[in-house]
Amino acid sequence: MDLSRDALLDAYRQMRTIRGFEEKLAELVTAGKLAGFLHLYAGEEAVAVGVCSHLSDRDIVTSTHRGHGHCIAKGVDVRGMMAELFGRSTGICKGKGGSMHIADLDRGMLGANGIVGAGIPLATGAALTAKLKRNGGVAVAFFGDGATNQGQFHEALNIAAVWCLPAIYVVENNGYGEATPTEFVTPVKDIAERAASYAMPSAVVDGMDFFDVRAKAGEAIARAREGGGPTLLECKTYRYYGHYVGDPLTYRRKEEAEEVRQLRDPLDLLERRAVEAGVVDADALRAIDGEVAAELEAAVAWAEQSPLPTADDVLRDVYVSG
Amino acid sequence: MREIRYYEALIEAMAEEMRLDENVFLMGEDIGLFGGTFRATEGLMAEFGGRRVRDTPIAEAGIVGLALGAALAGLRPVPELMTMNFAMVAMDQIINHVAKMTYMFGGQCKIPITIRAPGGGGTQKAAQHSHSIESWFVNAPGIRVVIPSTPYDAKGLLKSSIRSDDPVLFIEHEMLYSIQGPVPEGEYLIPLGEADVKRRGSDLTIVAWSKMVHEALRAAERLAEEGIEAEVIDPRSLDPFDWDAVYTSVARTRRCVVVEEGWRTVGVGAEIAARVQEHLFHELDAPVQRVAAADVPLPYARNLEQAALPGADDIVRAALKITT
Ligand SMILES: Cc1ncc(C[n+]2csc(CCOP(=O)(O)OP(=O)(O)O)c2C)c(N)n1
Ligand SMILES: [Mg+2]
Repeated sequence: MDLSRDALLDAYRQMRTIRGFEEKLAELVTAGKLAGFLHLYAGEEAVAVGVCSHLSDRDIVTSTHRGHGHCIAKGVDVRGMMAELFGRSTGICKGKGGSMHIADLDRGMLGANGIVGAGIPLATGAALTAKLKRNGGVAVAFFGDGATNQGQFHEALNIAAVWCLPAIYVVENNGYGEATPTEFVTPVKDIAERAASYAMPSAVVDGMDFFDVRAKAGEAIARAREGGGPTLLECKTYRYYGHYVGDPLTYRRKEEAEEVRQLRDPLDLLERRAVEAGVVDADALRAIDGEVAAELEAAVAWAEQSPLPTADDVLRDVYVSG
Repeated sequence: MREIRYYEALIEAMAEEMRLDENVFLMGEDIGLFGGTFRATEGLMAEFGGRRVRDTPIAEAGIVGLALGAALAGLRPVPELMTMNFAMVAMDQIINHVAKMTYMFGGQCKIPITIRAPGGGGTQKAAQHSHSIESWFVNAPGIRVVIPSTPYDAKGLLKSSIRSDDPVLFIEHEMLYSIQGPVPEGEYLIPLGEADVKRRGSDLTIVAWSKMVHEALRAAERLAEEGIEAEVIDPRSLDPFDWDAVYTSVARTRRCVVVEEGWRTVGVGAEIAARVQEHLFHELDAPVQRVAAADVPLPYARNLEQAALPGADDIVRAALKITT
């Protein structure tokens, strides 16, 4: 195992934070304490954390409607995120964005995005910036399988390939776009095959396995940093909660999520591999579980106590020039 | 009369038209197996099969472009955009192609397409998922814009839209799908371009459509408590627009408030206000008032969202300003 104990514990902590954050939100929505339209990332943690384990603040990511995991993996403060979801003025976007528009420019997080496919060209533009400024940065676009049927996906990958941009395109193939199974609307067996149209390297990744994501993302990111151009990574993954909190889930077998949880849960997989390799012991992980749970409770309490935005805030921020 | 929900009225309209005309077919995201994000196509795949009720990839520009090609080649497509917000992804096809072909081709072709899509805010879906952008399409010549507020209107207007040989953008509202209302069992059509008086009154005319009709009716109840009788006119389609109905009413009440959920600046209300004053300048007792959304991307926080969106309170305030 090429990872230090600290690096592994960090990765575990982030994945646990994402899982806990999403479970907390589901609980809050069910209890009627949160409204909005929440798409949870639970089940997909290894993708965001595996990829972002190679990134720093100078590197850019773009995200989707299912963006909480990308934010947390990129280092966005969970208190600010929670306050945002509660629509408070202390939220990371002052309560104006909500779940589908969480962004933190200081962390290189260019925003969750409510429009399927729209983040892909944004990451491409950020990659162009890194190339023109020669700052060694890369840009990563996270997006779903469904997004690869949008024109913006194809336009962006084509440009990135001909301009040899330091971009990494990470498809989170969770088997569905809303209620539609991926194979109903996507003719290729592996979405990674689509890279061939753009003469771009690609890889199929086990998106439930932090180590596989980390290894293949590491190669792609290193290649991009060295001027080798873009890569398409298809991470096969799964979303536990359905499309959004409240999804009736009529389109998939009842047992499906439970089966995945039993066999391929990304947190379990990480734990098993790390403990077997003797790099960490389970006690250390349980301690992290406790710390994360406490941190999330505190985030909720802080968010609930934070002030609401005021009526004047409605008209602010439309333009920076006032 | 039996009462059914708005979404059920839409299903009936599509089913009836599909039974009558083999050329009518549906396509859109999650409309078939799943029955539609807002249930508005539930049961249609079971009755008509996957040949005529087609689940598409997430590809709005493609969906509308395909519909246009199919219409030109002889079908009568009824594509669904999952929401109006995604019409923006298909904007080039809608405005540059669907709305212009008949004219550009010198009247050679019919474009019998009905694009269905729900708009509107009010459920904290935030800036990218809360649009009421009907004004954009009313601004562009060549595409009809139909925007029903009740189950009865939804059914009769959707049937007429599907039969129309001109393209129609049929705008539903996310918050209206579950409302119930009387709808007769038998077949009926409502012609496009015919307004409906949703409430009679003599002191002022409120023009409103879609969800704002319901806000206007609530406002009218409150005004009635103060002795002010508002007439509520629902144009039901914004293109064609029943100008006569509005002029006749305002000529009588001498006061007018126009309500829309979309942005105020260059909204449909601006056009209505302009025409009413052009037409009835000397009959008006007060300037035409506009009630609309604040000119901001719709914020997420509940209190900000409510502040930005127009509602019954704002309508009452505007009405009182010109009646007292
Ligand atoms: C342009 C556009 N069309 C439709 C939608 C509605 N929508 C939101 S998420 C989604 C499914 C996306 O599927 P996928 O890209 O696989 O991401 P996942 O939700 O599975 O993470 C759809 C259709 C949208 N937000 N934007
Ligand atoms: Mg998906």
